[in-house]
This record gives sequence, C-alpha cells and structure tokens, in this order.
Amino acid sequence: MPNDPMAEIRASFFIECEELLESLQDGLTAMDDGDTDSETINVCFRAVHSIKGGAGAFGLEDLVRFAHRFETVMDEIRNGRLEPTRDTIALFFRGADVLYDIVRASRDGESLDTATTEAVLGDLEALVGGVIEEEEAEEEIDFAPMTLSLDPIDDDSADAPVEATPPGLLIRFHPAAELFSSGNEPRHMLAALRDLGEITTTCDFSMLPALADLVPEEGSIGWEVSIATNAKKEEAAEVFEFVDGLCELSIEATGTPSAGLPDLDSIVIPGTVDDGEAPEAASGEEPEPDPEPEPVAATPTPPPEAAPTPAAKPVPAPAAKPQAAAPAGGKDSKQAAGGAKATVRVDLDRIERLVNLVGELVINQAMLSQSVAEAGIPANSAVSSGLEEFLQLTRDIQESVMMIRAQPVKSLFQRMSRIVRESSAMVGKSVRFITDGEQTEIDKTVIERLADPLTHMVRNAVDHGLETTEGRIAAGKPADGVVTLTAAHKSGRVVLEIKDDGGGINREVVKAKAEEKGLIPPGVPMSDQEIDNLLFLPGFSTAKEVSDLSGRGVGMDVVRSSIQALGGRVTITSEPGIGTTFSISLPLTLAVLDGMVVEAGGEILVVPLGSISETLTLQASDMEQLGAGTQLVRIREEFVPILDMAEKLGFRSPLASYEGSSVLLIAMEDNTRSALVVDRIVEQRQVVIKGLQESYGRIPGIAAATILGNGRIALILDPADLIASAGSSRTMPALDLAG
Amino acid sequence: MTTPDDNAHDPTRQELLSFHVGTQEYSIDIISVREIRSWTEATPLPHAPPYVRGVINLRGTVLPIIDLAKRLGIAAGEKNDRNVIVVVQSGDDTVGLLVDAVSDIFAVSEAELQAPPDMSSDGSLKCVRALTIHEERMLRVLDLAAVLPNVDAEAA
Repeated sequence: MPNDPMAEIRASFFIECEELLESLQDGLTAMDDGDTDSETINVCFRAVHSIKGGAGAFGLEDLVRFAHRFETVMDEIRNGRLEPTRDTIALFFRGADVLYDIVRASRDGESLDTATTEAVLGDLEALVGGVIEEEEAEEEIDFAPMTLSLDPIDDDSADAPVEATPPGLLIRFHPAAELFSSGNEPRHMLAALRDLGEITTTCDFSMLPALADLVPEEGSIGWEVSIATNAKKEEAAEVFEFVDGLCELSIEATGTPSAGLPDLDSIVIPGTVDDGEAPEAASGEEPEPDPEPEPVAATPTPPPEAAPTPAAKPVPAPAAKPQAAAPAGGKDSKQAAGGAKATVRVDLDRIERLVNLVGELVINQAMLSQSVAEAGIPANSAVSSGLEEFLQLTRDIQESVMMIRAQPVKSLFQRMSRIVRESSAMVGKSVRFITDGEQTEIDKTVIERLADPLTHMVRNAVDHGLETTEGRIAAGKPADGVVTLTAAHKSGRVVLEIKDDGGGINREVVKAKAEEKGLIPPGVPMSDQEIDNLLFLPGFSTAKEVSDLSGRGVGMDVVRSSIQALGGRVTITSEPGIGTTFSISLPLTLAVLDGMVVEAGGEILVVPLGSISETLTLQASDMEQLGAGTQLVRIREEFVPILDMAEKLGFRSPLASYEGSSVLLIAMEDNTRSALVVDRIVEQRQVVIKGLQESYGRIPGIAAATILGNGRIALILDPADLIASAGSSRTMPALDLAG
Repeated sequence: MTTPDDNAHDPTRQELLSFHVGTQEYSIDIISVREIRSWTEATPLPHAPPYVRGVINLRGTVLPIIDLAKRLGIAAGEKNDRNVIVVVQSGDDTVGLLVDAVSDIFAVSEAELQAPPDMSSDGSLKCVRALTIHEERMLRVLDLAAVLPNVDAEAA
C-alpha cells in the first residue's frame, strides 16, 4: 500500500475531505447562529465543491452526484435566490451528515443505505423545485468525448476567432503549477466552457520547455479557447472562479456586434429593469456586475453577493444576537479556521516511537537520580543541581511530546451535534445543542475511544434527560430543550460534561425499578447519590424499556467501563426540575498513569490511583469470617470482601491472618467494593505505561507493565479484572451489592 | 572462534550460536540472535507457565524471559554470573532465552545436519530441529518457533 502512489493520493483526498467537512460544519453552525454573510456561505459552498471536485477525480460517482446537488442548492443561497432560513440550514446539516456518510463509505469501500441519501436529496430538490435534475443531466454530458486541440497556435489561426462575426469570447488560460497541486483540473474548466457555446480550443505551447528541462508537475501548456456564444465575460469568468490566482487568465469579448445585438455594456442596464423579477438563472447573473458597485459602495461593509434579494438581509440579524452570545467558542473556532495554522502530517508510528523514547528518558533520569542519591552526593553540588535541571527538561520534553498526539475535541463535538440532530428528530423534541471548549486538546487515541460512550450519553440526554415539549411548557420552561457539551482542562485532567436542562433523574422511579429487578434489596434507605449511581448497574434496564434510542440506564454500565478503561471516571449530578449533568474526567494521555506503588508477595506492583477509593490498615475488630474461605472487613457499616493480591496473582499462598495488613479499597464499576490486601504501600507516583500484550499476551488481572527507577519492570494491576476473576472462583452472590 | 566471513558465500552454510543448558550443548541460527546480555532478575508474571521466568527491561522494551532448561525439561546448572540471556527474534516476537553460558559461533552446511530421532513421547524433542557434530561434540539445533510459547493460546 505505501508504495502505491494512487492509494496515497486517495488517502490524502479523504483526509482533506475530513477537513473540508469540518469547515462545512463550522460554516453551517455559523449560519445557524445567524452569521449568513457571503463569506460564511462561500466557505460552505467551497467545501462541498472541493469534495465534489476530488471525488470526480477518483471516480466516486455517488459522492459526485450528491455533492453536486447539494452544491447547487447552496449556490441558490449564495446567489441570494434562496433564503437561509432555519429549516434550510437544518436541511443543510442533514446534507452535511449524508455527505460525511458517503465520504466514509467511499473511503472504506462500503455500500451506503440509500434511503437517507434519497430522502435528503428529495428535500434538497424540493427546496429549489427540481432544478437539480436538469443540471444533473448536463453533468452527464461531461463524460462525452471532447476534443481539445493540441495543435500549436500559429499566428494565422489565432486570428481566426476574431474573423468570425458572431459574438463570442476569447479566453487565454494558462494554468500555473499551483492549479494542479491544489487538485484542480483544466479539463473540467474547458468542459464547463463548452456549456456556454460551441468552442474551439487551441493549445499554446509557447511556454513549453525542451523535454530535458520539462518539470512535469508544472503546467507548461496553456489554451486559447474561443466560444461562439452570447454569454458574458462574467459567465466565463465564473468557470475560473476557483482557480483565481492559480492561472494566467484573460477573457475578451470578440465578434463584431451586429445591429440586432446590443453590445456588452448596453445590455446590462435594461436587463436589470426587465428581468429583475424573473427567477431564471441567466438573468439573475446579468444585472450583477454593473449596477451594483454604486449602491453597495455606500454601505460600510460591502457584501458582494448578498444584494440581489434585499429581503434576505434583515432576516438573520435579530435572530443572531441571543444565540451567538451563548457559545463563546464559536468565534474562536471561526478565527482558528480563518488563520490556518501551519501543520505537519506525521505518521502515528513515528510519534509512537518518540513517545517511547521519551518514556525511556524519563526512566533513565529516574535511575540516574537514584544512583546519585545512593552515591551520597550532597544536594548543593554541581551534579545535583545539574540533575535538577535535567529533571525539569525531561518533564518539559515529555509534556511537549504528549502534546503532539493531542488533538482538539472539535471533531468529536461535531459528531455529537449530528447525534443531537438525529436523535431529537427521532423523538420529536426541539433541542438546542451548545458546545464549549472545542479547542480543548486530548490524546488522539482517547478521542477515538470517547466517541461511543459520548454518543450514548448525548442520546440519553435528548431521549431521557429532556422532557417532551408539552412537558417543558407545562413546567414553565422554554419549549426548546438545551443539551450542553463542554470540555475543559482541570488540574492535569480533561473534564467533559454532558448537561441537559430536563427534569432530572426521577429517583423514586429509578429505585423502584432497581428493586423490581432485584438489583437492590427492597426498602433499604439510600442517598440520592447512591440512587443516581444505580443507573450504572449492569442490567438496570431491560430491552422492554428501550425506546428507539437507548434508554438512560441501558448500557450506562458499558459507558462507565469504557471510560474507566481510559483511566477516567464518570459521575452524575442531577437536580429535579433543573436537569442532569454527567461529568467525565480523563487523564491527558494514555501513556502515563498515576499509580500507587505497592509490594505484594515480595513483588512490586502498581495499582492505578483512579481505582483506589481509600487505603486503610486491617484491625482484628473489623474483620469477620464468612463461610470457609471468605473474610470480610467492616468499613463504616458495610462489609467488604478481602482479597489477597499476592495470593490471587499466585505469588504466595493465603496468609493465616491479615491483621495489620495494608488494604486498598477498590470501587468497582457496579458500585461494589473490594479490599485488596498488600504487604506494603511504597509510594505514589506517575509511571510510563508499557504494553505487555504485544510482548507476552494477556495476563488476567494485569493491565500493563512499567519500568521503575531501578530499571526493574513492575506490573500494573487491573483491579477490576483481578476482582472479577476472583469473584468467579468464589461464590459471592449479590453479597457485595446487598452490603 | 570461526570468523563469520569464511563461509559467507556458501548458501547452504549457516552460522550457529552454541550455548550450554545444564550439561547439554544447544545452538540456534545466529540470524535470529539480536544480542546477548548478562542475567538480571526478572519480574515474575502471574499465571505464567513455569518456564517463563518473567519479564525484564531491555532498554525500555518489556522482554519475556524463557528459562531454556525448564522449557526443555532438563536439569539446569547452578545459577552464576556466567548465565546469560540470548535475545532472539522469531517473526514479530522478541524474547530472551536464559541459558547457562554461551560457548561458540560456528558454521555448518545443511548436509552436516541430521534429523533427530523420532521420539514423540519426549515433548521437548519437538524443539530440536537437527543434530550436528562440532569438535567431536554433539550439538542440538533448536527450532526457535517451537521453543517460543504460543502465549496467546495459553492466555486464552
């Protein structure tokens, strides 16, 4: 694959598509917020147009077909013939979703469910009344053979078009290298010119160097095209709109104006008067060039294309104010998109290697520090202070390297806005989706693995978090529900929040349901927090209650475990009548872990700090025996089973008494707790995670490995896995839950 | 020791690294040898087969160590400073083989290798690919792929 240049170009086209789709989303969001100036609309249009262009080059017909129609409808807005109403923009969002799907499907070579595509196409067509079909037909002709002359221009033939008396245009077009490198294709432009009338092309070889000097990437030939047409210069210029500045271009009107045909300038003024009302495409463009400059120049900000329908202007402005104020990130993102930062595309493997090397450096530095300490070198010596600086540098390098893999959560948030659109349409609720902190950066791998849990939670917020529209009105709330998704860095972690302004968790219902399912014993008093956490219990809901979307509670256990697999925590806060908030707290990177270094059975192990809720020392008075082999410890009116870590890992046989041992209290996803016995708690420190699976394979109860300051390898425990495997070997039915 | 260049041109000749495991002498194709390093204490892995000594830190890589004597089911000599780890690569897997001591590098041609006797009752024999004679001593040539544990299957 890497040696296939075509595959590489194709791959980079799809990467570009992702970027274009992102800017399309940005543009649409801006439009939705009331920013319908021509530049915003142009950004959207150009994104779709560029995707279409690339797709054409790769023969992705589905993509071309959809993008073409989409683009045509957008063009109507660009030309001011269609108003960017909320409904239209909502349809554009759906169009962008479909475009995204088709891009994905084309990339992965999958087939797509055409029902949605066709539905959106139908709606798009309805918007412009079937115009697209006609253009589509023209597009077909695109495949008809076209003769491009490669005959050099000699002076006589160059004069030939001028000799012709019928009106026409003479276009001299010489593409520059940038035109090709930006993915444009002269053939398409020449083909578009053909639509204007009968064309005669001659090839201009004048700049063609000798073969030995030829740089194939640079355009060395140009064309001279004469068109027998009544079309205006501007129409021909439009064909070259997207290569402006990427070619040398001259367009002149030729032909001798006969008595019956008014000359170019004279046609314009009457045209405005006569055809101003007519919806035809051709007449809409005619009046544009000349009559406009004067009135527009009077206004402080000249919108070059918004003028034709004056009615379009006042619509967005008042609606914009309240919404635009809400997401402050909106403005930021627009700026970020505008002032494009220089970026480098790097193979992930290379970064991976750098991350590993830095991990090495960190370990080596720790080893060096240890040796220096052991050598008894005084703290104020040159060696010690040099080491101190080295330490600081290492930490800086480590952070910088980790930041390479970091990406803004923006793409993730855009996906979520789609989820909100789809799920709100499905349950018939009107939902406003607000995001903040889109530029917050997280490790790329974390972003990828967050998509599923977030999707689930966002759906839940729409489906179960928000009341029905009637319910909201009855409760005296605005009819539109609000779902807010935010991201922020907080004390070395990333915190994501999914908030709805719905009715909050109905705790009585939740508790009753849990009792009914036998998940908790009936009649036990529980705190609000405990009841909320019941949502995370596996099997809290069953298929019966699942609506079209998944129900809150269904799969929340899966959400929690996937977040925990990322070293994160998820918590719920809910207030009746006000809403519910899910907070996800994640480490900045998956490469480094906050761990508790412990000793068990003479071996050093690392337990992820996130899974430890507290540590304590076992006292005889708190311990109870249950049955033959199970020991329990009483922690604040709760009995927690004791697990001997060293024994579970097979490092030694069980001890007769665990009195005086140190214990790590581990809270599991399902809210059960276990007390892990260790010999000794050594220290709390950050460790660099090293995979074990690649070199050895999976070990039950062990998540990964790390290298300690003395160069030895220590295993990183997977407490949930260890406890789960212990639970299956012993019989502890529902005991931990009832406790 | 024989210099490697002597036999480089004979395509059927291969170079072997020989080492002691207990009282026996074994060898492996030198192509698969990445490096030889001194013995360091390994971190034991829970639930591992007895011949897996654990893992060590090889410049930041987690390297599993196989106790070759235990793998072959033979009595090992006393552990001492001459014990070494032969880091070998087979396919994508890199592991360390714990042996008593490395003895020689020598070249043999394919013709000098003879098939081991078919003793299917002795499981450890499947690790031996061939036998050969070097300086009047019998040398066992290991089949590296058979020596390395199929960890994925065992973990499952």
